[in-house]
Amino acid sequence: MRTYLLEIKYEFLKALRLPAYSLPTLLFPVLFYLFFGVMFGAKQTGSVNMATYLVATYGTFGVIGAALFGFGVSVAVERGQGWLEQKRTTPMPIAAYFVSKLAMAMIFSAIIVTMLFIVGTTVGDVVMPLTTMAKLFGVLVLGSITFCAFGLALGFLAGPNSAAPIVNLIYLPMAFLSGLWLPIAFLPKPIQEIALWLPPYHFSQLALRTIGASRGEPIALNVGAMIVATLLFGAIAYLGYRRDEGKLYG
Amino acid sequence: MIAAQFTSVQKQYGMVEALKGLDLTIRQGELLALLGANGAGKTTAVRLLLGLAKPTSGEVRVFGGDPRDARTRTRIGAVLQSARVPETLRVREHIHLFSSYYPNPMPMDEVIAAAGLQGLERRKFGELSGGQQKRVLFALAICGNPDLLILDEPTVGLDVEARRALWKQIRAFIAGGKSVLLTTHYLAEAEALADRVVVLHHGNVVAEGTPQEIKGDSATLEDAFVEMIA
Repeated sequence: MRTYLLEIKYEFLKALRLPAYSLPTLLFPVLFYLFFGVMFGAKQTGSVNMATYLVATYGTFGVIGAALFGFGVSVAVERGQGWLEQKRTTPMPIAAYFVSKLAMAMIFSAIIVTMLFIVGTTVGDVVMPLTTMAKLFGVLVLGSITFCAFGLALGFLAGPNSAAPIVNLIYLPMAFLSGLWLPIAFLPKPIQEIALWLPPYHFSQLALRTIGASRGEPIALNVGAMIVATLLFGAIAYLGYRRDEGKLYG
Repeated sequence: MIAAQFTSVQKQYGMVEALKGLDLTIRQGELLALLGANGAGKTTAVRLLLGLAKPTSGEVRVFGGDPRDARTRTRIGAVLQSARVPETLRVREHIHLFSSYYPNPMPMDEVIAAAGLQGLERRKFGELSGGQQKRVLFALAICGNPDLLILDEPTVGLDVEARRALWKQIRAFIAGGKSVLLTTHYLAEAEALADRVVVLHHGNVVAEGTPQEIKGDSATLEDAFVEMIA
């Protein structure tokens, strides 16, 4: 237990001392939200105003970013440095390594969502009862798990230098196509069809459901898609981990 | 007393047979130097000893246990070849974290002293020189109070002074009755430190003995080694 807590503590310190990595992850969602959410905030989209709608989708966007960068890129980099292998020579439970990174991604997610709530209600036109906020917060932070699995899979497949560009190449288009920047209904029909196959879309629908702005698909479809994605990425990550074990080093 | 033992260990990576039935014993209290050209199987042997890989056939035992079992690894410490650790954590923090993995870690001050890191406790890893970084890795390897220390080319890239300093620390570790497996490309290092030398070539042991015995009539261990693997 002590090892787990220490691992989380030092994971957090590492992130704090690398503001070049942690600040963009924390601030980009809020900056984007300030631009779109506050500017078009008073407009109505479906049953809620844009400011409220976009808190849910930029929250989704931010949580995914924290998972892909905090988890995926850091695993790829530490694998490349031999740090993961150094840890595996110790009796440390290997789970502690991954649990601490998951905890970090969730802490980052919680910070991002909280900042969005604050900005949305002070600068923007967000009107949301506290119980709704709590629900949205819970869905967003929990959904982080799926994208940590995604990040982990990328972390084991990508090289230490290519991980960050690969994550950007996947993350940004996927976020746009899933309707995280602009409401999905604003996007052309073919893109809406594609979105159905993207995990962030289903994550955003679960978030939007808490504020009554989802597209009304059965909840089982969204939850099912998230679970399938988690298992799939988890399996890929596991294969990557095993592949590392069999690797020949000179 | 035996610290670690390989019994007819064969390790296959795809088409490559890295070890071809290796038999090897590390006795308690000795420093065994494992020599060999690149690709001879040294690193494979180290990885098996640390539980990072599994033998294709045969058996690896460390203090009677399987190194793939975490309990066995409580008695092993290792400096891996070219390992780097996160640069933004301080020396003391790294040691603190690694000590927490072991049931009976050494006190922090002893680790710092044994690795020659006095005065650097609060420095971040990324701010240290190459020699100082190696000493931090050495500290991480010994902080769990291991009985077997595995050093995979620990002095690569160090200047003479830093290398000699690390030798001194390795000798101090052995003096406590503990065992060391050292792989190295510097044959003078093996000559200076080893009680026993094992030469690997293409996954087989081709020579075994004290540095004196291996040297035979050759002027240096290096001459004997070059002749052996020619």
